[in-house]
Amino acid sequence: MAQRIAILGAGTGGTVMANRLRRRFAPDEASITIVDRDDSHLYQPGLLFVPFGLATPDGIVRPRHAQLIDGIDHVQGEIDRVDVEAQDVTLADGTRIGYDVLVVATGAVLLPEETDGLTGPGWKENVFTFYDLEGASALGGALPAFEKGRLVVAVVDQPIKCPVAPLEFAFLADWYFRRNGRRDRIDISYVTPLDAAFTKPVAADALGGLLETKGIELVTEFNTGEVDGRGGRLVSYDEREVGFDLLVVVPVHGGAPYVGRSPGLGDELDFVPADLGTLQSKVKPNVFVVGDAAGLPVSKAGSVAHFEAEVCADNVVRHLTGEPLEDAYDGHANCFVETGHGKALLIDFNLETEPLPGRYPGRFGPLPLLAESRLNHLGKLAFERMYWHALLPGRSIPGITPTLDLAGKRIPAPTTTPTTTPTEEAG
Amino acid sequence: MTTQTIAGRDVTVDEEGFLADPAQWDDEVATAIARDAGIDPMTDRHWQVVRYMRDTYLSTGSAPTIRSLGKASGVPVKELYQLFPKGPAKLAARIAGIPKPRGCI
Ligand SMILES: Cc1cc2nc3c(=O)[nH]c(=O)nc-3n(C[C@H](O)[C@H](O)[C@H](O)COP(=O)(O)OP(=O)(O)OC[C@H]3O[C@@H](n4cnc5c(N)ncnc54)[C@H](O)[C@@H]3O)c2cc1C
Repeated sequence: MAQRIAILGAGTGGTVMANRLRRRFAPDEASITIVDRDDSHLYQPGLLFVPFGLATPDGIVRPRHAQLIDGIDHVQGEIDRVDVEAQDVTLADGTRIGYDVLVVATGAVLLPEETDGLTGPGWKENVFTFYDLEGASALGGALPAFEKGRLVVAVVDQPIKCPVAPLEFAFLADWYFRRNGRRDRIDISYVTPLDAAFTKPVAADALGGLLETKGIELVTEFNTGEVDGRGGRLVSYDEREVGFDLLVVVPVHGGAPYVGRSPGLGDELDFVPADLGTLQSKVKPNVFVVGDAAGLPVSKAGSVAHFEAEVCADNVVRHLTGEPLEDAYDGHANCFVETGHGKALLIDFNLETEPLPGRYPGRFGPLPLLAESRLNHLGKLAFERMYWHALLPGRSIPGITPTLDLAGKRIPAPTTTPTTTPTEEAG
Repeated sequence: MTTQTIAGRDVTVDEEGFLADPAQWDDEVATAIARDAGIDPMTDRHWQVVRYMRDTYLSTGSAPTIRSLGKASGVPVKELYQLFPKGPAKLAARIAGIPKPRGCI
């Protein structure tokens, strides 16, 4: 009898998993069912550009079903809960989907209501987020009207999707207001709970330096406890204040709420605990996790979801054919960091190796690492095409490997004292 | 890494005063680190957080974040900041004798 593979979530990770697994099994060997609540696949990196009029909401959404190859059963419905003992998934309309292997790929949700006052007076008036389509579009309406005052870009707490996106937003805002001739009447501040611009020292220095060059104030170790939209104040738990006229906030994230309703599936933030190397969950051997839904100490990024899906798909095959799983993933992530004025920098790293200067991919790759360049900006734009045409279909991209390649990276000479990361979880 | 004498015991600590080996910890070491950080006395609420942190670290291999602490330790985030001023997760980790919490990259 065919094995039943159920994939929850048809975003980045789920789509790559479904396409990769479909190619590995004949239809009579395994059935593949993928569930998502709607049929609109959002290219999330595009959200960054919407507030500045550089992308349109329609332009970054495509039908989910069109990203799935033939032979995948695409179910549209709201997942209500999973019973890992009975091995079945219940949808809100009562439909039940039994499985032999489950892949959780339902991403992360924004939880603005977890911060006091954030969704109160001022929300969507002078307090915005660009982390979802509605928010990014609303902000796109507010930016042109913002003539003078203080723009604050604030990250409430980690983990968040694409930890560099709020920095990119600040860089682009600087560029946008300069272009409109308003920059001298607008102050920009970047507020973070971390003790530097980024978590890892070399990149934190590079990105912190860019903030300084662009005249963007950096406020560190600020743990936002309350947002007062009316009064235009951010208040931290240790009672510091930052005033704003316009606030762009990245709310705290959690796993999908159904995870919390499914006994034994998630942790206290509704993320699913997993083994980094194999992507098998710690819940049951037949439950795997990819992407933002995983409770792993890695970036919540599309590149991560993609690399994880490559390793995870192989391990699902091994699990179903009774072979030992391979411990193959190392936390590899890479992303372009848009810095404004038609430039970007690129970072490539994993859990052990922080983002370093050098070239990518490989020693002779065309793209400079951790340095601003026009080519990286073009790379960021080209990535959107790659996303739809290579990454989602699950094709391997030449030169891009799921694990980190040290060739091309300038590794700092070892110091006598072991270096520690200065900027970890704030608080 | 350096060796320091805390509460009469030789323990190995990193540059920021976090114990390198959680096994070198006991209640007296904790009390001494806390006093050094300006927390005196350690109340039941302090211990509740410190023990929760330590247990979580020892069973999962990573220290809980401030948000997880607020949700699962039984002490809400606001109170955490009163108990461990400035950085509750870092300070409580140092007192709990576990490595500095690693944020997400
Ligand atoms: C502003 C922004 C900029 C970003 N920029 C970058 C970038 O430059 N580079 C990069 O690599 N990454 C970037 N990312 C992050 C990247 O988009 C995500 O990390 C990636 O999409 C995660 O993939 P995923 O499969 O885990 O989750 P998703 O792609 O979010 O998919 C999860 C899916 O699960 C579905 N789902 C959830 N719950 C339910 C339910 N109960 N019932 C039915 N369906 C459900 C959702 O509808 C969704 O389709 C950015 C993200 C944002 C927000």
